[in-house]
Formats: sequence, structure tokens, C-alpha cells
Amino acid sequence: MSNRCPPSLLSLAIDATLYNFHNISSDLSFLPEHILIDLFLRTLKAGKLTPRILKLFLATGKEEILSMIQALNIQLVLTPVLPTTSVKDNEVDIVIGAFRSDLTSFMEEWRPIFSRFHIIVVKDPDLKELKIPEGFDVRVYTESDIVKVVGSSKASLFSGYSSRYFGYLVSNRKYIISIDDDCSPAKTQNGELVDIVAQHLNNLKTPATPFFFNTLYDPYQKGSDFVRGYPFSLRSGVPCALSCGLWLNLADYDAPTQALKPDMRNTRYIDAVMTVPLKSMMPMSGVNIAFDRELVGPAMIPALKLAKEGKVRWETMEDVWCGLVVKTVCDHLKLGVKSGTPYVWRNEKGSAIDSLKKEWEGVKLMEDVLPFFETLRLSPLAVTAEECVVEIAAAVKERLGSAHTSTAETMVEWVKLWKAVRS
Amino acid sequence: MASPVTPTPLLKDELDIVIPTIRNLDFLEMWRPFFQQYHLIIVQDGDPSKVIKVPQGFDYELYNRNDINRILGPKASCISFKDSACRCFGYMVSKKKYIFTIDDDCFVAKDPSGNDINALEQHIKNLLSPSTPFFFNTLYDPYREGTDFVRGYPFSLREGVPTAVSHGLWLNIPDYDAPTQLVKPRERNTRFVDAVLTIPKGTLFPMCGMNLAFDRELIGPAMYFGLMGDGQPIGRYDDMWAGWCIKVICDHLGWGVKTGLPYIWHSKASNPFVNLKKEYKGIYWQEELIPFFQAAVLPKECTTVQSCYKELSKQVKAKLGKVDDYFIKLADAMVTWIDAWDELNPSGQLPNGKSRSHSASVPAAAKATNSDSIVE
Repeated sequence: MSNRCPPSLLSLAIDATLYNFHNISSDLSFLPEHILIDLFLRTLKAGKLTPRILKLFLATGKEEILSMIQALNIQLVLTPVLPTTSVKDNEVDIVIGAFRSDLTSFMEEWRPIFSRFHIIVVKDPDLKELKIPEGFDVRVYTESDIVKVVGSSKASLFSGYSSRYFGYLVSNRKYIISIDDDCSPAKTQNGELVDIVAQHLNNLKTPATPFFFNTLYDPYQKGSDFVRGYPFSLRSGVPCALSCGLWLNLADYDAPTQALKPDMRNTRYIDAVMTVPLKSMMPMSGVNIAFDRELVGPAMIPALKLAKEGKVRWETMEDVWCGLVVKTVCDHLKLGVKSGTPYVWRNEKGSAIDSLKKEWEGVKLMEDVLPFFETLRLSPLAVTAEECVVEIAAAVKERLGSAHTSTAETMVEWVKLWKAVRS
Repeated sequence: MASPVTPTPLLKDELDIVIPTIRNLDFLEMWRPFFQQYHLIIVQDGDPSKVIKVPQGFDYELYNRNDINRILGPKASCISFKDSACRCFGYMVSKKKYIFTIDDDCFVAKDPSGNDINALEQHIKNLLSPSTPFFFNTLYDPYREGTDFVRGYPFSLREGVPTAVSHGLWLNIPDYDAPTQLVKPRERNTRFVDAVLTIPKGTLFPMCGMNLAFDRELIGPAMYFGLMGDGQPIGRYDDMWAGWCIKVICDHLGWGVKTGLPYIWHSKASNPFVNLKKEYKGIYWQEELIPFFQAAVLPKECTTVQSCYKELSKQVKAKLGKVDDYFIKLADAMVTWIDAWDELNPSGQLPNGKSRSHSASVPAAAKATNSDSIVE
């Protein structure tokens, strides 16, 4: 026989309050303190303590509540956009290629978002010193570390914008997130910080849909779904291997464009992420990316270096080339590439006009290279990213002429290094 | 120095608004500030004896089933009955360069700042600026104000290609199929995605006819909305069918299809059980249809939309005829449609400019306009 007493009027009232908390925004201080405490404990137990409700309790000013909050170390922090998937700290490496010697302000800005995670900083060999603030779980790799791992002949592979690839090489986490060191966290329209880690991981952990375009964009986002007319057999999607984010303020334009429109700034926050369809090529920007290292690590290649590569994005194409290779590999292996959110805020750096003055090889490069990728077909024997890269390298050597022989050779070297480091 | 913003041309003499309806046109009141300057083509579905009242002050022509039968004669069999697919008759009889079509349960939406969205203006912007189907621009439509081609975008592709279709989206009731509606009856689309983008070449998409604009002179003949509704085994796949056909043809002829803005506010969720009955066959057939369209190749000799469409109809008959006899009927209807289109839209000038009796210049009895302007 059950000994349960029937619920008291008070507990029923507290239950009802809990149930309706989303509708309650008035001052709670009229409640007697003991009831307030009960309500607070019940709220905690029910897992319903949101920042808004915490603020309601704090606003009562009641001592016991305040001391309870302090004792439990509940903090009202600036909440980043809440992820829809949970992020495990040990599955992420954040890789930064450092171009500037003092990373203090950069790291401080990203502290609320990065501090949980392991960070790999690869120091550009041209930098004399590197300053990193306290309180991060960070590993710095310098030129001598690079030489130790890959040998001095290969170390040049990892200079300039390609230094971060060394970070990809030595990481042993599943997901890598990489941004340029001149980016700050962006804010959503509500003023919340954009948590690029959570959002990139959300992109990577939900399927991609490359075989048919969904007009409501990523159907796995909350509040969205597949539209009428989307074949059911395609609704399970494929794993997403690469997530390409975007940039507010200084968008990743090339030098001619930015020089022509010097005041153009990207102010449009487009709240969408979508799968880049099969066979559709795109220009990957290394400014803000994330990828599944286990799936496509070997395809994230630092193969192409412009002869006059500089320290600003207007003077490099390494990421664009890498993106074409990765997209080809993903298309072949039936993996997905997403593009869209999250955004970073890209700060002013460099002069487009100065970059223009340098010989612009990059422009010509894309003209030659695009028809190559459009007609590239990999054999059914290529079933891993490594095998795909080797086939692409062979095709590059054969079809793109002598200007790209070194690119092809570097791609093969990279795969060898990748295997060597892992063994 | 900010670059000057060129105002979007109204195109009021170059654009027709085609509206299929079976109930009433009350929704036009809300659209009045945006639509009043344009000519409307109302296609009345269902009982022709019912009188559809058009709000005062709109310039329109209205066609009911009797008109369709009279104008097309035996070819009228290709126009669906008891389904909004009948709207494509409006495309056929229009004489304008551009068409905008909208459902009668779609209203003016508001952008995040609370301003009314002029959907028609955005569609015009989309159609008048080029598309970029050959390389994906990560900042979406590069011709929009405040954006451009990103680093790495080949310069040779920056001129773009003509835009044939502008596919708009919907806030509130999203365009879900019946199974999704049944599982998520309360889901509303509240996300305003401030983007327009070109759907890449070689990629198919589900085209929704609720909020759609296109260049009729370019792609009109391919905008056949198929055989749906009364007497047909399938419904709610009219716009899908047209969408797959036009995409294959646009890809072949080098034109672009854009999707994204503008948003309209979709107010009415149709009955999911009724929808399920209509869509049922489509859900299974679509598994065959998608691979068919994905693999469809049009020969180089097909250089006009009509020839592409007729070729497509041959392939439909040959390859989809085995899925169901319906596709044989549909393939025939596709040919009938093209023949009817060509008859109503002769390419050359007729001798002494006389209009033919079964062309779009319909005798006054079937046309009731509130204004003095007459369509040709």
C-alpha cells in the first residue's frame, strides 16, 4: 500500500509556477522567503534555471537566495548562442596560425568561447616572439618543433598561411576549428556572442544534403525541415566533413574588389547554413572553417603557395585551392560541405591597394584551375581521403602543366607526412 | 562614399500577376499598395458558374473553365481542373515578358525591422540581375547591395547568366509535405534568411508555386504545371514537376534560377490528411522522378525551350512510362501544352496584324475589367 501523502496546496502552487515560468516576468519579491527558496530549489531540480529566471531570483534581493546562488557558484555569464548539440571538450582542437607576435587581445576576445578547449598555435617562422595570455590550454609549435616532426626539408611547407596545417597534422582530435588571428567573435542581432565552436560542431554533427537542394536550407536546424517535394530516400543525408563560416565587417573579398569598393563592409547577418550541392565548386575561405579531421584531414592540404604570398588574405590562395580539393574529395566520398553560419567579425588589416600592386597570380590561377576541377573524375578505387588526394595530385601533374608540378608533389608529400605522423 | 542605389523599375507594363483561385480574392486588399499598378490574370478553378469578385480598382482579365475550353478547344485537356496547376493557363495567355504568380492564401510579410516586404519588387530585382550557377558564391547573390563576389571567384564567371526564375519563400506556414505536416503540425517558419542565391548548375530543387516569378519570354513554355487534380492520380506535385523540368532546361540553355528572398506570409495550412491522399503516389514516384531528371541529358540540337521541352516529354514517355501509365498521359499533355503555347504565342507577326479568335484577346464576355484598359 502506498504511503504517499497527497500534494500540499503549496507544492501544487510551486509546480504550477514552474510550469508557467516562461510566462512569468513580474517581480518575485512579494513571495515569502521560505517559499522563494522552495521555488528556487525546485527550479534547480527541474533543470529550469535559465538566465532569465536567474535574473528574476536575483532581483528579489533576498539574502538567502543570493547566498545560495553564490554558494552553488551559479554565474550569470554572457550566454553565447546555445548549441543544439552538446560539445565534448576533448573532441575539439582549435588551431590558430599566428601571424602577430602578441595574441593577447585576440585570445582575450575569444576567451568565453575558446577557454574550454585545447588550442594549438602554430607560430609563423617569420615571427620573432609570441605572447599568449594565461588561462588557456594551449600548445605552441615553433619552427624547431615543425622541423623535429617533418624534417628540415619539409618544414617550408608550413610557413605563412600554411603554418596552421601543421596544427592539423599533429592534432589527434576529431574536429578542428581554425580561424585567422585577425578575427573577433561576432554578435547576433540579439547582441549575443556567436559561439563559433558550437555552431561549427552543430554543422559537422548534423547530416549534409548534397544531392538535392532544400529551399529552407539546412533541414536539420531547429525550426526547419525538408520541404514538400524533397525525396524521402535522400532525407537521411550524408556526414558533413567541412563547415565553412562567414565574416561580418571585412568580408573575404579579393584585392581588386575591395580596392574598388574600399568602404564596403559586410553588415548582413544571414541566419542560414546550407549544404553546397554535389559537383558545385566553391571558394573556401580559410578565415573561418571547421572540419572533421578523421574524415577529410588528409585532404586539407597546404599545397598551393603563390610565389609572392603575403601576410594578408589578399595575397594568398592556399585556402581556395585546398577547398577545391576537399570539395572534390567530399563529392567523391559522398560527404557533405556546409556553408553559412557561424560568422566571425573580421578586423581591418592590410591594404587592398597595396596587395593589388603585387603581381596577381591568384586571378589567373582560378581561370586555369576551375575547368580542371569541373571535369575531374576520381576512380572507384579511391575510397579514402588519402587515396583521393593522390589521384588528384596525379591528375594535376598530368593536366595542369609544369606550373603546378610542385603543387602536385606537395600534395603527395602531405599524404606521406599524414600517414607518417599517424603511425 | 556609398554607391548610389538605383531604384528598381516597376515594370508595370511588362509583368503580369497570375493568380489561381477557387474561393475569393480578398487577399488582394492587403497587396493593393504593391499590386494595383499591375495587370492581373485570374484563373478561376472549379465551378465556372460561380462568380469570383475581384476587389475594386484592379485591372484584370479572368478565365474560368469555360473560357479555357473555348480558347484551347481539345487542347484544353492539358490544363488541370480542381487544382491550382490550372494557373499555367495564365502564363500561356499572358503577353508580358515577366510573370509573378502567388497563391490566394499568401499575404504581405514583414521583415525583421517590421517593414512590409514588397515581394514583387524583390522578384524583379532577382530577375533583372544575373545568376551565377557555375560557381558557388559563399556570400550568395553577389549582385545584391552590400555584397560581392568573394576571393577566389573566377573573374571570367563574374558576368553571370540571365536569370530565368526567381523562387521566393514563406514565413509562417512552411511548404511541408503531408507526412511532415502530420508530424509537426505546429511548426512555423520564423527564420528570416536575408539571402538570395543561385541554385548551382546540375542541382535540382523543389520549386514551390506559391511565390514565384519568371521571365516568360525565356522559360515560359517550360512552366507547364502538369496534370493534377480531378481525374488524375496525383496532386500537389504540379509546381514540383515544372521545377524539375525548368531546371534541366535552364541548366542546358545556360540560364539561372534563384531562390531565397522575397518572403510572403503563408496563412493557411491545408488539411494534411487531404494532402496525404493527393501526394501519396507522388511520394513514391518522386523516388523515380528525381534520378530521371538528374540523369536527363538534352541534345545539343535543342536550342529553344520548346524543343527542349518536347525532347523531355519524349524521355518522360520512354523512361517514366514504365513507372505508371500516368506518365504516358503526362508526356502527351506536355506536347499538347507546347502546341497550345505556340498557337497562342506565335513568334512571327500575323499578316495585317489581325489577332486570331482563340488567342488571348478574348471577347469581352469572358473578361471583366474594372478599368478601361484592354489586354490587346
